[in-house]
Amino acid sequence: MTLAGRAVHEIQESLPGPRVVLGHGAPMTLESGAVLGPVTVAYRTWGALNDARSNAILICHALTGDQYAVGAHPITGKPGWWELMVGPGKPIDTDRFHVICPNCLGGCMGTTGPAAADPETGDLYGMSFPVITIRDMVEVQARLLDQLGIEKVMCVIGGSMGGMQVLEWVARHGDRVVSAVPIAGAARHSAQNIAFHEVSRQAIMADPDWRGGFYYREGKRPESGLSVARMAAHITYLSEPALWRKFGRSLQDRYAKSFGFGADFQVESYLRHQGASFVERFDANAYLYITRAMDYFDLVAEFDGDLANAWKDTGTRFLLVSFTSDWLFPTSESKEVVRSLNRAGANVSFVEIESDKGHDAFLLDEPDLFATTGGFLDSVARELEI
Amino acid sequence: MSLLSGAQDRFILGDNAFGLRPDLSLVASMIEPESRLLDVGCGDGALLEFLVKARGCDGRGMELSQAGVNACVARGLPVVQGDADRHLVDYPDDTFDYVVLSHTLQAVYNPRAVLREMLRIADTAIVSILNYGHWKARWSVMTRGRMPHTRALSQPWFETANIRPCTLRDFLDLARIERLDVGRAYGIAKEREVTTIKRGFEGQSNLFAEQAVLKLLRPEEPKKKRRGRRSR
Repeated sequence: MTLAGRAVHEIQESLPGPRVVLGHGAPMTLESGAVLGPVTVAYRTWGALNDARSNAILICHALTGDQYAVGAHPITGKPGWWELMVGPGKPIDTDRFHVICPNCLGGCMGTTGPAAADPETGDLYGMSFPVITIRDMVEVQARLLDQLGIEKVMCVIGGSMGGMQVLEWVARHGDRVVSAVPIAGAARHSAQNIAFHEVSRQAIMADPDWRGGFYYREGKRPESGLSVARMAAHITYLSEPALWRKFGRSLQDRYAKSFGFGADFQVESYLRHQGASFVERFDANAYLYITRAMDYFDLVAEFDGDLANAWKDTGTRFLLVSFTSDWLFPTSESKEVVRSLNRAGANVSFVEIESDKGHDAFLLDEPDLFATTGGFLDSVARELEI
Repeated sequence: MSLLSGAQDRFILGDNAFGLRPDLSLVASMIEPESRLLDVGCGDGALLEFLVKARGCDGRGMELSQAGVNACVARGLPVVQGDADRHLVDYPDDTFDYVVLSHTLQAVYNPRAVLREMLRIADTAIVSILNYGHWKARWSVMTRGRMPHTRALSQPWFETANIRPCTLRDFLDLARIERLDVGRAYGIAKEREVTTIKRGFEGQSNLFAEQAVLKLLRPEEPKKKRRGRRSR
């Protein structure tokens, strides 16, 4: 099953997993002031909620992630994106914790986004979908937890954009969060990162098949644009040492340079494959909206220029993690958050993990990441007597 | 819990119920319960855990090694990865009551700046040092003509983490230059024999202490201008 050739919203509706509809009769006012109502949230859960309802962990996924953190992906058939972290006996131990992972607002895996139908009119939103923010995503998650009868989570955890949501969670709903683990995150999106996102968006919008964002009904999709967007972004998730180790300057299926513009180099072929496989599972408009939400994220500005204001009197325990070779969300970004937490007198742990795998390290096999996260969650759980 | 058998000048450190190293239990005895403290170079968090769990302190740690940080985090201790030379500047003035630096001051690149930073973020510092003025170290240098090699100073010069070796007297000189008040101070020999370091008898302690643990207090008046960045 791929998104190609079928209306995105039809596929979305057939995806496995529970979903709830929020905001019947009480539409959500977004950060922009726009009103959005009713919102469907698709999510997955693993592990049982205990009687005290105290063992819930909320996972916030990254830009192109989704709720399928564990188990085969319904579209690609590939393993879940966080199989290494989540499962029985894993750091996020599903034998012990109740794990919830929702698809974010604006996403394309069943949660309301630009590819969904407006329940009022029945028309697909397309570019009439309002611009959303990280705060809006968090508000939707908070309402989902309300619906599920979970007052407090023992941990909110996520990498990259997920890390942004974790910070927003504590800033907005700190009393509902016992502990927070933002991994390879930041309190605001950097100028360089906004610039990269703009390149990706321009690639999508320059594709004639994008059609001003209203491509759904015409059976067309801006595949080449979205593919280029993914290729550009994918480079930022890696690092030169990781690329060099994997590909170097090796040629792809040939002995000599072709003196042409085919994929001579393995690294080119790899990127093209990344782009092509991405369009099978992701919606171009969702990519536009979610990257925009990340660009707008600036928790420092939200709290009058001093991030410490966001953590005033916080009782939440923090663990921040960064990776040495991550140049997209570098250690300096995590450290800025750590400093602000120190200023606020918060309970904070921080590790910078040695890795040459770049930003993607948070998704990969990093034993120190698992040891630190597992140890932290265990200590939080023991304190809560879980 | 009585770590020290009385207030006499000499005493033997007993075993600590938490299995704390004897010199660390001496450090622990110098810290008020329920105070706020930062343990710099906290290792696997043994001292910090004792102070937090048995003494009700609001304790934080800083540790350079990944293994140490992991061990601390797994114990539920709030520890950030960092080193004394570069990361004390991240804390605002007067964040803590105490900053503890056990066996770390001689391993930093700029001990003087580190001392100043410590006494900027807290008004009391507890520092432990290895004493290169111990008579065995002197004897070792004199008879062997090489850097001291004793039970307490067992690492060769090219491997020791203590890149800033000093004697007790050297350290007291620095404290004087920095106008720091030295509060309680103890010499330790054979890891558990403790002697109070008394004013006027520093020379004796310098001969007979293998390690020293000192409480340093921020100078009262006038406030010295402090180097280093203020917290942003």
